[in-house]
Amino acid sequence: MAHVEQLVGSYRAWASNGAAQAPAWLKDLREGGIARFHDLGFPNMKQEAWRFTNVAPIAEGSFALARPPARIPKLEEIQPFLLLEAGYRLVFVDGFFQPALSTPFFDDVQSLAHVVAHRPDLVREHLGTQDRPFSALNTAFVHEGAFVHVPARATVEYPVQLLFLVTSGKPVVMHPRNLVLVDREARVSIVETYAALDDGVYWTNAVTEIVVGDGARVDYHRVQREGARAYHVATTQSHQGRDSTLNLHFVAFGGTLARHDIGAVLAGPGGTLILNGLYLLAGQQHADHHTTIDHAADHCESHEYFNGVLDERSRGVFTGRIIVRPGAQKTDSKQTNNNLLLSTDAHADSQPQLEIYADDVKCTHGSTVGPLDPRALFYVRSRGVGEHEAKRLLTYGFAAEILGRMEVAPLRAQLDAIVRGRLAEQ
Amino acid sequence: MAGRGTRDGGRVLLEVKGLRVAVLGNEILKGVDLAIRDGEVHAIMGPNGSGKSTLAQVLAGHPAYTVVAGTVKYDGKDLLGMKPEERARAGVFLAFQYPVEIRGITNSYFLRSALNALRRERGEPELDPIDFLQVLEEKVKAIGWDDSMMNRPVNEGFSGGEKKRNEILQLAVLEPRMAILDETDSGLDIDALKTVAHAVNQLRRPDRAFLIVTHYQRLLNHIRPDVVHVLADGRIVKTGGPELALELEAKGYDWLRDGVMVS
Repeated sequence: MAHVEQLVGSYRAWASNGAAQAPAWLKDLREGGIARFHDLGFPNMKQEAWRFTNVAPIAEGSFALARPPARIPKLEEIQPFLLLEAGYRLVFVDGFFQPALSTPFFDDVQSLAHVVAHRPDLVREHLGTQDRPFSALNTAFVHEGAFVHVPARATVEYPVQLLFLVTSGKPVVMHPRNLVLVDREARVSIVETYAALDDGVYWTNAVTEIVVGDGARVDYHRVQREGARAYHVATTQSHQGRDSTLNLHFVAFGGTLARHDIGAVLAGPGGTLILNGLYLLAGQQHADHHTTIDHAADHCESHEYFNGVLDERSRGVFTGRIIVRPGAQKTDSKQTNNNLLLSTDAHADSQPQLEIYADDVKCTHGSTVGPLDPRALFYVRSRGVGEHEAKRLLTYGFAAEILGRMEVAPLRAQLDAIVRGRLAEQ
Repeated sequence: MAGRGTRDGGRVLLEVKGLRVAVLGNEILKGVDLAIRDGEVHAIMGPNGSGKSTLAQVLAGHPAYTVVAGTVKYDGKDLLGMKPEERARAGVFLAFQYPVEIRGITNSYFLRSALNALRRERGEPELDPIDFLQVLEEKVKAIGWDDSMMNRPVNEGFSGGEKKRNEILQLAVLEPRMAILDETDSGLDIDALKTVAHAVNQLRRPDRAFLIVTHYQRLLNHIRPDVVHVLADGRIVKTGGPELALELEAKGYDWLRDGVMVS
């Protein structure tokens, strides 16, 4: 694995130069990350969690650490990615925070680098060494990303937008690290978006950690609309307190190879969690969602809905692991994964994995893989809608079912327009 | 048959001649003849497996069925040569026995797409969501219902009664000339049945014919047909006026089926 050595070398150069000013605790954290990555190396398809996804294009590729952008895009260039009626906004270009395009709020909605420098007490206990190859590598390069903190009982009225744009046009890698801390009984809605202004090859290796305090409610939306030739690897990890609500929404449209590990821990009793995801793929796109819901406390509820729409030669992979720990009684967990194959060359893998160690629980799961339902197609056509339009309507419904669960109306409208645009191309 | 309880002189809207239909090589309709004039209400009754629903679905263009022989003329055109959507645009409507759930699409969106497809065909401008809501409100009010089902996904999580009501609501909005009701009464309790029957009666018009497929006579207590046909073993074995339905209710179907076997 020559490339592992190359990445370690690139880390050494960065750590002794650009990142040399960091405080000791951060240096230790990074050292821990690079050591872990060096031990683990890149995952391979012999490993259970990576059976369907080959990361060789990343492992064997050559990616330089991204440098600050030569030119900062104008506000109108990034407009298509912004939400109307959004509130605070943090914009990153090629991984670097752009104050001119952002509307931060003191130390609470800020670039992570700023908070690390000025308020390390806020972040230090939450930034941990991640245990898997890509998140360990991200930890080695912890430097920049978004930080959102909502103090106890506060409500943030408008959605906070975190936008990660790539403009470099060169094969670079970015390791954004995001931290969202929502204290007890606070409420916030966040939209995290990954996109590109050009079609170059690059690699995003992101980690987002979300900590939801007791009685808090967080609506988190993650939109992956990377460039057509991008590699996107991400980890989203959430941790919920007692009686909290977390709605996690995921949309994956972009990239040529995407892998997203989602881990959600229900750590306090009475928590409610929704995982709601859509992947809409075509061409040779490959998207792998690997989800783990960990019911570590009693009386929690989780609902997981993932729909895949797969056209041409694309491939969707979904793993839905649900762990119910001993003592997590009265767990109510429901999982569905439906895959619509629009072409005979498209492929979907769907694997539920239930690990239940408590006896008084309700867990259901179901998955489907197949073409459009001919009964539904006849039904729609019998109302006067032509065959082509009927197919589009049914396909749209597959996506709209997921988008309909999102409560941020301008985001729903933005995503709806993307879905319609994609379907119009067929 | 012509003249028996019918509005004499009306134009024949739907004419079925010698229709034989198979599914998976199995012949289900073995030569059906039927003529429905503008504005008439015909009922087709018959035991389970007689081919009633097959007839309804074939008329709507269900692709699973193969027409082995016979012709169907609708408004002078060859109905069997038309695609399902072309039939709908020409004014044929099937209220499904088992309405299909469509995930992610609201009833309102679905019905507007359908209505606009029909309007395009007629050269009328398409309706935007706001104009559509007005049309919808009018139609819904005309049959004495409300539009509470409109913002839910099509048939998803609907009760049996709601699904059937939804079919009639679509009928009201799409305004067909030839409405086919396939066992719309099945699975309805008596109150729901009355509600549906009342709506259908509101929708009867001189230029709209109905073909009502039903196993039981009870729906016909509320929707009075002009003509009643009995379908058994793939053939129409008896045709009469509304009194035939009562006779069937009293005697069952066996006497007719035996008659077929004897003949």
